[in-house]
Amino acid sequence: MTRMSWFNAVSLTLGFAFLYIPMVILVIFSFNESKLVTVWAGFSTKWYGELLQNEAFLNAAWVTVKVAVMSSTIATVLGTMAAYVLVRGGRFMGRTLFSGMIYAPLVMPEVITGLSLLLLFIGIGLDRGVMTIVLAHTTFSMCYVSVVVSSRLVTFDKSLEEAALDLGCSPSEAFRLVTLPIIAPAVISGWLLAFTLSLDDLVIASFTSGPSATTLPIKIFSAVRLGVSPEINALSTLMIAIVTVGVITASLVTKRQMVRQKRDEQAAART
Amino acid sequence: MIQFQNVTKRFGEFTAIDDLTIDIYEKEFFALLGPSGCGKTTMMRMLAGFETPTEGKIFLAGQDIAPVPPNKRATNMMFQSYALFPHLSIWENIAFGLKREKMPKHDISDRVDEMLRLTRLEKFASRKPHQISGGQRQRVALARSLAKHPKLLLLDEPLGALDKKLRQDTQFELMDIQEKTGTTFVIVTHDQEEAMTVASRVAVMDHGKIIQVATPDRIYETPNSVYVADFIGEVNIIDGVVTPNGEESYSLTWKEGQAPLNVQSPAPFSDGQKCHLAIRPEKVTINSEKPEGVDNAVQGKILDIAYLGNISTYHVELPSGAVIKAQSANTRRISRRAFTWEDTVWLSWTATAGVLLAE
Repeated sequence: MTRMSWFNAVSLTLGFAFLYIPMVILVIFSFNESKLVTVWAGFSTKWYGELLQNEAFLNAAWVTVKVAVMSSTIATVLGTMAAYVLVRGGRFMGRTLFSGMIYAPLVMPEVITGLSLLLLFIGIGLDRGVMTIVLAHTTFSMCYVSVVVSSRLVTFDKSLEEAALDLGCSPSEAFRLVTLPIIAPAVISGWLLAFTLSLDDLVIASFTSGPSATTLPIKIFSAVRLGVSPEINALSTLMIAIVTVGVITASLVTKRQMVRQKRDEQAAART
Repeated sequence: MIQFQNVTKRFGEFTAIDDLTIDIYEKEFFALLGPSGCGKTTMMRMLAGFETPTEGKIFLAGQDIAPVPPNKRATNMMFQSYALFPHLSIWENIAFGLKREKMPKHDISDRVDEMLRLTRLEKFASRKPHQISGGQRQRVALARSLAKHPKLLLLDEPLGALDKKLRQDTQFELMDIQEKTGTTFVIVTHDQEEAMTVASRVAVMDHGKIIQVATPDRIYETPNSVYVADFIGEVNIIDGVVTPNGEESYSLTWKEGQAPLNVQSPAPFSDGQKCHLAIRPEKVTINSEKPEGVDNAVQGKILDIAYLGNISTYHVELPSGAVIKAQSANTRRISRRAFTWEDTVWLSWTATAGVLLAE
């Protein structure tokens, strides 16, 4: 191994310190005995225990997961359909306009998206609750899904679909039996992206949630306004842990797949 | 079995197929040959059902196929990219079309095994497409497209991705399989050697039109135009003016100060008509002395020699500056070769060696 020059070592340390020191402090203080957040008084896991007793947090967490699952599923279905039409629909009138419009919500300030949805829900007299948050999250995460899926579809060999038709599939069978299984990784990562976006959204959720439904980010935000409690630290640490495990698992799975595919192709080249 | 009647296909302003009429017969191995962009792939895609003609009709076994979607046609296609389904095993790829027909399970299994035997892929049945080599993939694609007993099999540049040796083996395999199964094959290719090897009839296409349809030997020996003569193999084209001097016999005046050439042609030409004489290089004999009793002989100097192993092509420059190619088989070892660069030689050919073509 080559030794790192001192300049590189300093750059690396500074960069990673900038990224991770806040999180490390948060994790450390989540194990603090004291009720005061900034004073260290010994190691304890009691705040994790208290967290599990806190019904308001548990309810909010449950609402968040429900919203994320529902909205990302609907967004995946709609986003995949939109991507398919935009990539495969041929040159219909206004195709360029439509494909431009699908990106617009990506760059729209969240406040504006939230506000316009709020106005819409009030206008049509829809009571704000889980339902409205699901609708709002579907709206903005759908664009992300369709961007991910359409970038996969662009590189998809069209003759595979033609081969399916040629061998006797109806167009819908061809999509179900050939296209969908092949683009499945893109669809799944679209779903995961939508799920994550919905999990950590605060702005749009706070516009569209009602008294009957509060998501975890809203709950944390309002709790913090009354002062940071060690409980919040514990909760945040748990969320960091979940995300970390998720990311590591995903990258391990992808890496193993790539290694296997490479090995297969080398084996094929030899035969 | 297949009839194109005045078929025209336009993509916007571009005319891919221009008022084309042709018949393809049953159990035939038919090749569509032409440079890229000549419309041959479009013709094939119209047969498969991926494109519809702008004008005209296509009949398959007497039935107009324009309204029939691709999945209801008794044709199958072997794609240029093979288009194997990457998420299915070789076995499932071949069974794919049969499953769509709602065939009983054990019949599917029998048929797939039969196809695997035919294409010698038994060992690879459970592999995925990316786990086999290019030549094997190509055989899977063939097996998959033949599994449904199509009346007509379409092959789109099927051997393009294979190296030369493998391609030649596969060409003979294709002919073998075509004879065994008795299916009508239509192959699209830009490789004239491939078309000549596999096909029983060849259609040479250019700019959406068919220039000539004939058996490979007739295409080669009696091309009907300079385009066909030039596209298939190597050829010398000599321009000149003809004068009839007997029955089916003409003399061609081609260069000032050169003796006119004697040519025979079954096609009639009028006195003073401008013509092209097309002669294949292998029909031109090369000698060091002036040969006696030949119809045509010209003298020249060897400019270039292309040594191809089994044959050599000599580029001979005539005093007028024209270059004529002559080919001869290398029946002796190269060190004993009779001619070398700058040698003065005599080229000769018979009156029937060339084809006289109108402007």
